[in-house]
Amino acid sequence: MTELIFFINQVVIAGAVLGCIYALGAIGITLIFGILRFAHFAHSELMTSGAFIAFLLAAGFSAWGIVTPIPTGFVVLPIAMLLGALLALGIDKGFYAPLRKRGAKPVTLLIASIGVTLMVQGLIRLFFGAGSYSFFETEAKEVFRFDMSAIGSTRPLVFTEPQALMILVTAVSVIALHFFLTRSRLGKAMRAMADNADLAQVSGINTALVVRVTWVIAGALACMAGTMLALDVTLKPDLAFNIILPIFAAAIVGGLGQAYGAIAGGLLIGFAETLAVFNWTMVLRPLNAILPDWLQLPATLALVPTEYKLTVAFVILVVTLLVRPTGIFKGASS
Amino acid sequence: MIGRSLGLFGGLFVLILLVGWVLGAPFTSSRLVEAAAYALIALGLNIQWGYGGLFNFGIMGFLMLGGFAVTFISFPHDPAFWASDGPALLGRALLAFAAGALLVIGAQQSHRLGLRGAAKTVAVVLAWFVAYCVYRSQIDPAAAYIEATGNGFVGGLGLHPVLGWVFGGILAAGVAYVIGKICLGLRTDYLAIATIGISEIIRALIKNMDWLTRGTLTVSPIPWPVPLPQQYQAGGTDGQMSLLLARGGFLLLAVAVLGIALWLISRAYAGPWGRMMRAIRDNHIAAASMGKNVTGRQLEIFIFGSVLMGIGGAMLVSFVQIFDPSSYQPINHTFIIWVMVIVGGAGNNWGAVFGAVLIWILWVVSEPLARAVFDLVSYWSSSAGWGAIPDIESRSAQMRVFVLGLVITIALRFAPKGLIPETVRRDA
Repeated sequence: MTELIFFINQVVIAGAVLGCIYALGAIGITLIFGILRFAHFAHSELMTSGAFIAFLLAAGFSAWGIVTPIPTGFVVLPIAMLLGALLALGIDKGFYAPLRKRGAKPVTLLIASIGVTLMVQGLIRLFFGAGSYSFFETEAKEVFRFDMSAIGSTRPLVFTEPQALMILVTAVSVIALHFFLTRSRLGKAMRAMADNADLAQVSGINTALVVRVTWVIAGALACMAGTMLALDVTLKPDLAFNIILPIFAAAIVGGLGQAYGAIAGGLLIGFAETLAVFNWTMVLRPLNAILPDWLQLPATLALVPTEYKLTVAFVILVVTLLVRPTGIFKGASS
Repeated sequence: MIGRSLGLFGGLFVLILLVGWVLGAPFTSSRLVEAAAYALIALGLNIQWGYGGLFNFGIMGFLMLGGFAVTFISFPHDPAFWASDGPALLGRALLAFAAGALLVIGAQQSHRLGLRGAAKTVAVVLAWFVAYCVYRSQIDPAAAYIEATGNGFVGGLGLHPVLGWVFGGILAAGVAYVIGKICLGLRTDYLAIATIGISEIIRALIKNMDWLTRGTLTVSPIPWPVPLPQQYQAGGTDGQMSLLLARGGFLLLAVAVLGIALWLISRAYAGPWGRMMRAIRDNHIAAASMGKNVTGRQLEIFIFGSVLMGIGGAMLVSFVQIFDPSSYQPINHTFIIWVMVIVGGAGNNWGAVFGAVLIWILWVVSEPLARAVFDLVSYWSSSAGWGAIPDIESRSAQMRVFVLGLVITIALRFAPKGLIPETVRRDA
């Protein structure tokens, strides 16, 4: 049983946390692609700046002496998400809307989004330097340990408070998004526009409003994903820049334009990365007792070495593009 | 149009002179050599994007391949390695690789044996898995052995660096062929993401295959194709002069390579081949209906562009004399090239060269410039009683990225065709 608990600690929890972050980022990318038809690279910077906004708010809270029962990062999350949504709207208004008005091709918008990435990245580094920050400098990161000796495990089940809250918050927001997309008038308008923008416009849907709502949702979710990533690891200026490609992989694997696909793709990539670098010997060790001497398990038996963790996402991406370019949920074709 | 180009190049020349006057001749000469290499890389992207409309965001991968190639070819020969068990172990790994490849090919042809549908898919996946395990079982001990003995890597071949540049081009061409076969059917944004993904895979491999590339431990000094400053100094030339002479020699060689590439691709552009390429770029469906082999031509141009990138990457590594896989970043090695081509003018070779030199100069001067501005503001704010700006050194280094982003967004907004746009010749 020790092995099972170890597996849960190392794979199930870590994979779920990573998958949640990927999924939240991928939803934004996939929605923007569905409505505006371009791959929004600057999403990583929306995530990072969202995390820095939350960090500043949390620092402000502790400076004013406000003590909260749950990590401050989660308390300030709604305000940070609001600001993140405003930032996304502002970036659209300042950089993408003029290009769209000119009738620029999606490719031009993609390049513009890279320009935005560089500018925001430069600004963040200008103000915060290249160092790393932690949300838990003034408060302790609570760790839950559950004694599992009842089912015969020598190890406890371990996860941190942010991890538990993270999975909870993601689940809540995904369900809220589901109801928004399927029940509300605006959500239905969004899906209609993603299906066929021209048809949506002639049937009287306010496309400008739909575009704004898309940016609000994408910005808020990106801010949430960035903050949660910073709560789980540390906050640094290239926080999300390094994981934007796995997030794109998640969106493509799920099917670009498909919000549910993004969730599935995010979890798939998160678990695949975690499983690929997992050392199977730790779980299969009891087998050594029954295996013959010449077939003893080596000390490490992982599918790929740890250095190649991020590469797993790219391999999945390339294989998806080759075998099923529309992704799991039949998104936009390649 | 010609007048405008001449004016822009004249302005660039004045800018270079100004930079040389303010920051010193040795600094500027180094930057010029790098600018020549970047111009070659930008030409490579210009044929892929400007001629062919292919969205290659994996430039960093090709630069790394070029860098690895020149390191492997020109770094001195290591007799200790060739006398050890290393080559034999590597040979066994190569055999394992070949066996694995045969297995995979066999599985892919298994429909001839009557395997169809799901059964074939299972066979292919199983074959990949078994091949991977067989290869890992041989390469892991070989890598561990090589990394533990001697210099920790296979060393080089000790050949002339220019051969290394050629090999860089060949290696890039081979990899570009594979990537092109996989990805070129994809639509633009998918192609961009796929190529970024592949370049990240290449980076991870080169960074972590310590037995082959020495990984993060870096390889240096890599020899120059022309005499080094130290050789001039040994001949009795004084310090600064020898630096200038040596870098001037390198610059001449780099500009010669650039000139040949520019001449060749301009000839190709003006000929029927270039016309066909533009036809495919502007409307590939119409081109296909005229009987042009669109995928074949796109693969061709993807390979040609990648060759130039491989050579340029090899030149850069030769020049700085150190191969450090961890110094490669998408911003410095992929996005900057895009900014060069877009600002210069996609589809115009002179535009690409102009953009490359201009952006590279902007990139290197924005740090000292930002420092000067910060110093000024800091002086002003501390005399106003608000305190000085902390960490000016590290902050001004980050300004380069911001300037790059600013330049590309301004260019897209106000000069979307670039400073020296493509000239479309219409024969009446």
